[in-house]
Amino acid sequence: MKGGEHRAIWLHAALVAGLAGLHFVLPDYHHGIFARVMVLAVFAMGYNIAFGYTGLLSLGHAMFFAAGLYGAALPIYHLDWSVWPSLGMGLLAGLVLAVIVGCLALRTVGVAFMIVTLMFSQVFYLTTLYFTTYTRGEEGLVLPQAARMLALPGQTVSLANADMRYWVAFILFGVTLAFSLALVRSRFGRSLVAIRENEERMRMLGYDVFASKLAAMAISGVVSAAAGSAYAVLFGYAGSGFASIQYSILPLLWVLLGGAATVLGPFIGTLIMFYLIDVASSYTTAHMLVVGVALILLILYFPKGIVGTIRAKWLRWLP
Amino acid sequence: MGFGPYFLLATLEGLVMAAVLALTALGLSLVFGVMRVVNVAHGEFYMLGAVLAWWFASLVSGHPALGFLLALVLSPLVVAGVAFLAERLVLQRLNYEPEATIVATIGLLYIIQQLALTFYGPEARPVQAPFDWRMQLPWFGYSAYKLFVIAASVAILLGTWFVLRRTNIGLVMRATQADRDMAQAFAIPVSKVYAGVFALGAGLAALAAVLIVPIKQAHYLMGQDPLLLSFIVVIIGGLGSLRGTMVAALLIGLSDGIISMFFSPTLAKMLATLLVALVLVFRPQGLFGPAGMAAR
Repeated sequence: MKGGEHRAIWLHAALVAGLAGLHFVLPDYHHGIFARVMVLAVFAMGYNIAFGYTGLLSLGHAMFFAAGLYGAALPIYHLDWSVWPSLGMGLLAGLVLAVIVGCLALRTVGVAFMIVTLMFSQVFYLTTLYFTTYTRGEEGLVLPQAARMLALPGQTVSLANADMRYWVAFILFGVTLAFSLALVRSRFGRSLVAIRENEERMRMLGYDVFASKLAAMAISGVVSAAAGSAYAVLFGYAGSGFASIQYSILPLLWVLLGGAATVLGPFIGTLIMFYLIDVASSYTTAHMLVVGVALILLILYFPKGIVGTIRAKWLRWLP
Repeated sequence: MGFGPYFLLATLEGLVMAAVLALTALGLSLVFGVMRVVNVAHGEFYMLGAVLAWWFASLVSGHPALGFLLALVLSPLVVAGVAFLAERLVLQRLNYEPEATIVATIGLLYIIQQLALTFYGPEARPVQAPFDWRMQLPWFGYSAYKLFVIAASVAILLGTWFVLRRTNIGLVMRATQADRDMAQAFAIPVSKVYAGVFALGAGLAALAAVLIVPIKQAHYLMGQDPLLLSFIVVIIGGLGSLRGTMVAALLIGLSDGIISMFFSPTLAKMLATLLVALVLVFRPQGLFGPAGMAAR
């Protein structure tokens, strides 16, 4: 077991180091894709905390991503805030929304939970459309380059710069990966898995199941919102499309493909799906077909996902 | 014009809406009630029904009623066939596990939508109504076809009710709904019942779509609103409760027609969705459903 823990840490460190190395060798086009994938993988990791580890199949995580997105973009666009406080605002928006939605939705279980989260997310989406004056709806807000300057000690860097964008995405990804790893190995993380496996027993053992689930929801929401805020400042765009149902389905797809309840799964799933759609769209415009077929094939033949299957067959120690 | 004519118009529009919604929601409710499957692709079956109706109608030249009749018969059958295949090839293999089936039907939603976009295109196309008489009501004349839609929908609902309550097929379906294992023990072919119910549910959605397509045009994204509204109806009415579904469809259809005539439709949708989510949170058996029928 001890050996397994070290191997796990080394493996994840190797991935992070590999991503750092890729910065220097990737051609421009793929360099850009990797930056985007790292941000979206953070979203997937946030989703994985609720869906994979705690067993809460939410169909409404787009609202947390979008809360971060708008939480960061609106102050920058309308109030001329600088990047740091806006990012904080994005996280706060995600946290508040996740706690409110969690308090309500966690009163339900199973199918009802999925529908309730779907509906809350739909309300959020419609809200962004209703306040078109501020959000500009589907058309979205484009943040000017001048507003996307990140103040670091000693200097100010522009997030519109491709290199800078990669490094910020990389740092966010690395921190979230480390956080995920620490979380699932912690006592709290293991109690979440136990709740997923047998909620009644955990309740009988004296755990406050509702509080644990709420905490998992809050963490999941904040991590998703972090991805959203980062997306807003890095790519300079915030539109209602990110709050639509599609962005609730995508993290589910990424996590299923990579492997639910694995730390590496969300990244692997996001990366593969992104390239799959990218390659498919160079042959056909029918990228929704790829998503649909992938979902059905995964759930039919490959429910554990890539990393989940590797863990089940070969590497039992994978977290 | 005063308030009266507006109100009458809104009520009539609301009734047309409610009629179509009741059919669509009935399909969703049957599938959930008997199979315990939440069919997220239900709205796409509706869309498919409308798109096929346009295609069938365009095959026939001559009187518009001919094309419409052809669509009315064939479109639900084809959609039911598609649903039947999907059930046999996918849902059955998943053993009807709630979470897996939701993911699978989401996949189905994307596939159907994309195929419609690819082969039908992004345009909205109308189907000509089988007749275009106007009924003279106080204050204004009103399309007789819309009144026909209300009548047809009531007839179909009564027919479904009759099948469910008074025939052997209905008995078998209700037995499966009440207790799957016991039904199996009494030699009811549960698996076939499931496939049939899934096809029937999709067929009802397609039927509703054929009725509406002379009023609203066929479009590849038209399935989203009916899906959401059907969910709302089925939840308010109590999941799996037939009478509740009817009452809720009337309530939602009418209020949607009236509210969206006087307020912004986005705001109306927003408030309705929020309200329903809260109903599901605080009263999971629905407003009319019996206790213990909560969605699980």
